[in-house]
Amino acid sequence: MTIIGPVRKSLIGWGRTAPSTAMVVQPNAADEAARLLQGPLSGRAVAFRGLGRAYGDAAQSAGGTVIETTRMTRVVDLDVDTGILRAEAGLSIDALLRHVVPAGWFIPVTPGTRMVTLGGAVAADIHGKNHHRDGSIGAHVKSLRLITPDGAAKELARGAPLFDATLGGMGLTGLIVEVTLQLLRISSAYMRVETSRARGLDALMSTLDEHDRRYRYSVAWIDCLRSSGPLGRGVVTSGDHVEEDHLRGRQADTPLSFDPRVRLRAPAGMPSRLLNRTSVRAFNEVWFRRAPAAPCSTIEHASAFFHPLDSVADWNRIYGRSGFVQYQYVVPFGAEDMVHRSIRLLADAGTASFLAVLKRFGRQGSGLLSFPMPGWTLALDIPIRPGLVDLLARLDRLVLEAGGRLYLAKDARMPRSMLESGYPELERFRAIRRELDPERRIETDLSRRLDL
Amino acid sequence: MIDALGTPQRILLLGGSSEIGLAVVRGLLPRDRTADVVLAGRDEVALSRVAKEFPADQVRVRMLAFDAADIASHRDVAATAWEDGDVDIVVFAFGVLGDQATLIEDPEAAAALITVNQTGAVSMGLHVALRMRAQGHGHIIALSSIAAERARPANFIYGASKAGFDAFFDGLGYHLSPHGVTVSIVRPGFVRTRMTADLEVPPLASMPSDISDAAVRALGRTGARYPTIAHRALGFALRLAPRSVVRRLP
Repeated sequence: MTIIGPVRKSLIGWGRTAPSTAMVVQPNAADEAARLLQGPLSGRAVAFRGLGRAYGDAAQSAGGTVIETTRMTRVVDLDVDTGILRAEAGLSIDALLRHVVPAGWFIPVTPGTRMVTLGGAVAADIHGKNHHRDGSIGAHVKSLRLITPDGAAKELARGAPLFDATLGGMGLTGLIVEVTLQLLRISSAYMRVETSRARGLDALMSTLDEHDRRYRYSVAWIDCLRSSGPLGRGVVTSGDHVEEDHLRGRQADTPLSFDPRVRLRAPAGMPSRLLNRTSVRAFNEVWFRRAPAAPCSTIEHASAFFHPLDSVADWNRIYGRSGFVQYQYVVPFGAEDMVHRSIRLLADAGTASFLAVLKRFGRQGSGLLSFPMPGWTLALDIPIRPGLVDLLARLDRLVLEAGGRLYLAKDARMPRSMLESGYPELERFRAIRRELDPERRIETDLSRRLDL
Repeated sequence: MIDALGTPQRILLLGGSSEIGLAVVRGLLPRDRTADVVLAGRDEVALSRVAKEFPADQVRVRMLAFDAADIASHRDVAATAWEDGDVDIVVFAFGVLGDQATLIEDPEAAAALITVNQTGAVSMGLHVALRMRAQGHGHIIALSSIAAERARPANFIYGASKAGFDAFFDGLGYHLSPHGVTVSIVRPGFVRTRMTADLEVPPLASMPSDISDAAVRALGRTGARYPTIAHRALGFALRLAPRSVVRRLP
């Protein structure tokens, strides 16, 4: 099979901002990718890209070559008894679930979308609604196959120094070509879900606290726009996998069916002002009221519980031409006051954040640049508007003062000072990079912007 | 690298002591973090003075000798400007206005003005374009003039130089667009600066900050911009006006 590319393309992240141009090439297998890395590459550097769901500039490389992994999607081996899966790194979580759920297995950690590759998931050390219990994906990765900048292939077991540099390393140590993952045993593709409203932030946080003790998965949607009444009202959604014998009717007939469909596609060319204070305020009101006044329990399919936005293809287009930024911070437990102040800041600025999510994190990942730490994480989408630079600078200060940090997989604008203060292992990471890649053959717009 | 909110890390100002150029640079600099500015110009003393006016804790300033008329030196100027890494924004702000009455009687002086304003811009423009093309990202802001739109009796020698400047950057936009680099042309009318201090102030006069606002708005969008809609209308009218009207313009 011939390699597709290289083709010159303008690349962006999911926030549709800060484009840059690179030569994009799509190898079909790991050995082709290795040969590409061994040989001369057009442009000044090389970078790696999966499905491009990083919000910022992590998977693009201005003036360089970008190796896209989306054709490297083979399931190398699935052991249906132990749940150990070995797959090529371009396999998406979507394809993975379609393959393993019918066999009674689930991915141990999933983000809010299935449209990320395994390689991307490891490079960003993704977390999900079960972080408080199960940690990030790195905790479930048994080994990686990595092609380093010199073109050599390395098998890395969890715990090896290069493994920890690669986990959360934003693709800067080399190309991940295979991932071996321990899957989670399930007997059905359904979830028991408890939904409850909270009238304000204190209630929301204490509900999350309580739910984290009772449920495997929990997350809160939070209204960041309402500045009258108690701040930070929201809806907590928590759940667990349902045992097959608890199912009834049609669900019981095909307990392990997993075939979610795209129901809508957001059209191109949406006006930038579609999501404004008025429309988002209206949405928030509907969303809050949709949750039952009293806590209630339902059975939902896993795809509806974990990946509601995947039913709308290209939902990021709703933000229009000017795009949006995602801002996600984590601050340690004890910094609840900071969370209050950050939401007060957002409400006062009238920032129409469409999706604001609050969660409690569990333990720190082993990756040198892993984002989660025990504490509170708030993630929000903000359409680009005048005044955003100053607002985010003020949020930065709050995060900094509370001893927190920002997530690299979401970042499109953090100042270098936020990176340096937030990641104590940064120098160790940089040293490993210098040793592994003395000529800096690997460079992304993110690594150039932040001097990673 | 410029970030998602348009915050640059390094700006190169060609014409380092140009008032309008400096206003544009100040408008582009971030308030919430440090940035690098490279001031390239002829007059070392003026550059040093200007460099000190930037807040030292926020802006790291480098000075670079740059003579627009010295075509052979431009390759090294570009190399030096790029020494510390990618340049996100290059502002073309150099130029001499000249005095029309004097220039008419002094062909050599007129040729020298064309060399600075037009030839120098094409030469330096291409050096910058080549480097930005290799970068795969970048923004050029070219300070043209309403004088570029139509030759007028009062300043057609200057106008000719800016017409060539304008057409060059306009065309360069097509070439660089597939490589992720944008070229914005800003066409001010009369701007109150040192350079125009002795001239009579016409209607629709701008301050350097107005040009800076137009440049900031233009950032990332290839094409021509004016300080205000009125200026855009004026430029349009000038282009179409019959000679009998243009002849009578101040």
